Amino acid sequence: MIATTDPTTSHLIAPGTREIQFREALREAMSQEMRRDPRIFLMGEEVAQYNGAYKISQGMLDEFGPKRIIDAPISENGFAGLAVGAAMYGLRPIIEFMSWSFSLVAADQILNNVPKMLYMSGGQWGCPVVFRGNNGAGGQLGSTHSWTVEAMYANVPGLKIAIPSCAADAKGLLTTAIRDSDPVFNLESERMLSDKGPVPEGDYAIPFGVAALRRGTWSGERNSDCTLVSFGRPVNFCIEAADELAKDGIVCDVLDMRTVRPLDIGSIIDSVKRTNRIVVVDQCWPFASIATEVITQVCEKGFDYLDHQPLRVNTEDVPTPYAKNLEAEYLPHKGKIMAAVRKSLGR
Amino acid sequence: MPKRIVYSTQIEYIQCLDEQGKLDEKLVPQGDPSRLSDEQAVFLYGKMIEYRHLDEVAFKLQRSGRMYTYPQNKGQEAAALGAGAALRVGVDYLVPCYRENAALFLHGLDPKYILLHWAGDERGNAIPQRDKHGEQGVNCTPIAIPIGTQMLHATGMAWAYKLRKEDKVVATFFGDGATSEGDFHEAMNFATVFNVPCVFICQNNHWAISVPRDQQMNSETVAQKGIAYGAHCVQVDGNDLFGMYKVVLEARERARNGGGVTLIEAITYRLADHTTADDARRYRSEAEVESWRGKDPVIRLRKYLEGQGLWNDAKQKETLDKAEAWTKKIVDEVLNYPAPHRNEMFDHLFADIPEEQRRQRDTWATHSLGQFPAQIQLGK
Ligand SMILES: Cc1ncc(C[n+]2csc(CCOP(=O)(O)OP(=O)(O)O)c2C)c(N)n1
Ligand SMILES: [Mg+2]
Repeated sequence: MIATTDPTTSHLIAPGTREIQFREALREAMSQEMRRDPRIFLMGEEVAQYNGAYKISQGMLDEFGPKRIIDAPISENGFAGLAVGAAMYGLRPIIEFMSWSFSLVAADQILNNVPKMLYMSGGQWGCPVVFRGNNGAGGQLGSTHSWTVEAMYANVPGLKIAIPSCAADAKGLLTTAIRDSDPVFNLESERMLSDKGPVPEGDYAIPFGVAALRRGTWSGERNSDCTLVSFGRPVNFCIEAADELAKDGIVCDVLDMRTVRPLDIGSIIDSVKRTNRIVVVDQCWPFASIATEVITQVCEKGFDYLDHQPLRVNTEDVPTPYAKNLEAEYLPHKGKIMAAVRKSLGR
Repeated sequence: MPKRIVYSTQIEYIQCLDEQGKLDEKLVPQGDPSRLSDEQAVFLYGKMIEYRHLDEVAFKLQRSGRMYTYPQNKGQEAAALGAGAALRVGVDYLVPCYRENAALFLHGLDPKYILLHWAGDERGNAIPQRDKHGEQGVNCTPIAIPIGTQMLHATGMAWAYKLRKEDKVVATFFGDGATSEGDFHEAMNFATVFNVPCVFICQNNHWAISVPRDQQMNSETVAQKGIAYGAHCVQVDGNDLFGMYKVVLEARERARNGGGVTLIEAITYRLADHTTADDARRYRSEAEVESWRGKDPVIRLRKYLEGQGLWNDAKQKETLDKAEAWTKKIVDEVLNYPAPHRNEMFDHLFADIPEEQRRQRDTWATHSLGQFPAQIQLGK
C-alpha cells in the first residue's frame, strides 16, 4: 500500500498537548470507544477486578461494569474463540492477552479461525475483534513469556498488525483498531507502559499503513545519509542511535512503520531513493522476520536506488535469554544499530 | 424402564489431621501403611520449618532487590510435602508448576536451582537428572510457568514408562486456575484412555491471581472434573500432612498396579501474595486470610507432635537455627553466582549445535553485521 498521508506530518501533535503514560493512552482509546459504542467489551485475564495485570484497564470495571469488563478463566483458546462468536453476532470484542506469549495457546482460534471467518463464509461473517497485549521481552520474563509474535503472525493473510512505539500512537492505533471491521492484533510493549508522551485528548485515530518519520530530512537542502526502518519499541533505540550519529554528522531517516500489516512500503522506498541505504531494526528473530520482508520489498521495488546492500538488526537467533545481561545482549540496541549504519556508510 | 439414572457419583473428602492437631485414628490406624510413622512425621515437620524459612528469605531477597520475582509457597507446604513423601525418591517422577518446592527439595533438589530460577538465571533450570547424574540427579522437571502445559508432559512421561514397563509413577502438580486450560482436560483424557501411571495433584488454593475459584469454574469441586474422564477422584485437606500422604500413597499404588489415574484436589490456601509482583490485599479480605492462618499446616502438625510428646520448644529452636544456617549457605552460593557469559545464550538450543549457530556464537554475527561472504567464509 502506497501511503496517501505524508509520513513527515502524520504524527505531528499540537504543542502543549498534555502528557500521559502509554498505558493510560491505551485505556483512553478503549474507554472513549466504549462510551461511543455499546457493542464493545473488554475480556481477558485479570482485566476487571484486578484492574489489569499491568493496570491498563484501571478503573474500567468501575465505569463500565462487569458486563463489559470481564475477567476470563485461564482459557486463552476459550476466550479467543468466544470473541469470534460474539463478533459474528454483532458485538465488538477487545481481547487482552496478558502477554502475546499466551496467545500461542489460542493459536487455532486466532490464526486458523479469526483471519478466515470472512473468507470462509463467503463474506457473510466478519471478525471485528481486537486482540491486544504485551509483546516482546518484558525484562527478564524468560523465553516462554517474551515472545515477539509480529513476524510469525504477519505471515498470515487476513490480519492487521499494529505496533505503537509511543503513547500517542498507542491511543491512535488502538482507536483505529477498534473501529476496524477486520481483526486487528495490537502489540504493546510492557517495557513502554510507563513511558509518557503527548497524547491528543479527544478523538484520535491514526490511519493504518502510514509510517511516521521520527528523525531525518524528507525534502530539505540535504538528503539524509541512511534510512532506518523500525516498528514498536525498537523505534526508540533507532532514535537514540540517530541522535548519537547526528553528532558525527550522520543524518538518518527514522521511519516508524506503526503497522506492519499493512506495511507502508511507499514511504520506505521514498526515503531510500534519497539515502540509498537502509538498515531495518526488528525485535524478532532474523530468520523470516519483518526485516526480511522489508528488505525483500526494497530489493524488488527499489534495488536501483541502493548504494549498499540492505542491512538488518534483529535479536540474536536464540530463545529470549532469562539472565539480565544476556537479555540485554540479545535485543537490538543503540550500539548494534549505530554499527550497522556505519557499516552501510563505510565510516 | 424408559427413564433411569445411568450414572451418579460422589466425591470423598479426606481429613486425617484436623485443625486442632487431632489425628483420626479410624482413617489412619496405627500400623496402617498409609499412616505416616511418628518418625516420618517428626522428620517432615523439620523439613516444613526449613522450607518455610527458605521461602520467607526468598521473599525478603526479592524485596531487597536481589531476586527478580518470587511466588511464595507459604501455606501450601503440607500439600507438596505430603505428596513428596508418598512418592519414591529417585524412582517416581515429579512434574511441578511453581508451588511445589517442598516436594522437589524432599526429593533431593538443591534449592539453589529454585532461587537461581527466580533470580532470573536459566542455570536454575539445569536440574541434574538421574539418568545422567546418577545419585546426584533428581527426578523432577524444571518449573513450568506456561499454565497447564506440564500436565500433558507428565502424561506422556507416564505413558513412556508404561510402554517401557518401568515401575515408575509420575505425579504432576497444578493450580485450580490451571484446570481451565484445555491442557488439563486433554491430559486427563489421554491419561485415562491410555491408563498411564500418572497422579494429578491440584493444589486448590482458592485463587488464581485475583480470580476466585467460583469465577474460574462453575463446578462445586475440582475433583469432580476427573469423573467425566473416568479417573478416581478425591478431595483432601491439603493442609493436613497425614491426609495428603495417605491419598497420594493410595493413588501411587493404584497407578503402579494399572488400577487407573487419580485426580487429587488438595484444599489449601496461599498465605502470601500470588507472586512478589502482586498485592493480594486488593482482592481478598483480611478476614479470609486470617481464617486460613488458623489452618496453617505447620501449626497444625506441631500441635499434633507436641500432643504426642514428640516435639518441644527446645527442638523447635534447634530446628530453626539449623534452618537459618542451611538457608544462609544456599543464599550465599546463589548471590555469589558469577553472571553467565554471553555465549551461553547459544547453549542447549540443539542437541548438536549446527554449523550456523556455532558461527553465530563464535562471531556474534547473527544479523547483517558481519554477514559478508568473505568474513564468514561462505562456500568453503
Ligand atoms: C498460558 C498462561 N496463561 C496465563 C498465565 C499467567 N498466569 C500466571 S499464574 C496464573 C494464575 C494461576 O492460578 P492457579 O493455576 O490457580 O495457580 P496458583 O498460582 O494459584 O498456584 C496466571 C493466569 C500463564 N503463566 N500462562
Ligand atoms: Mg490457585
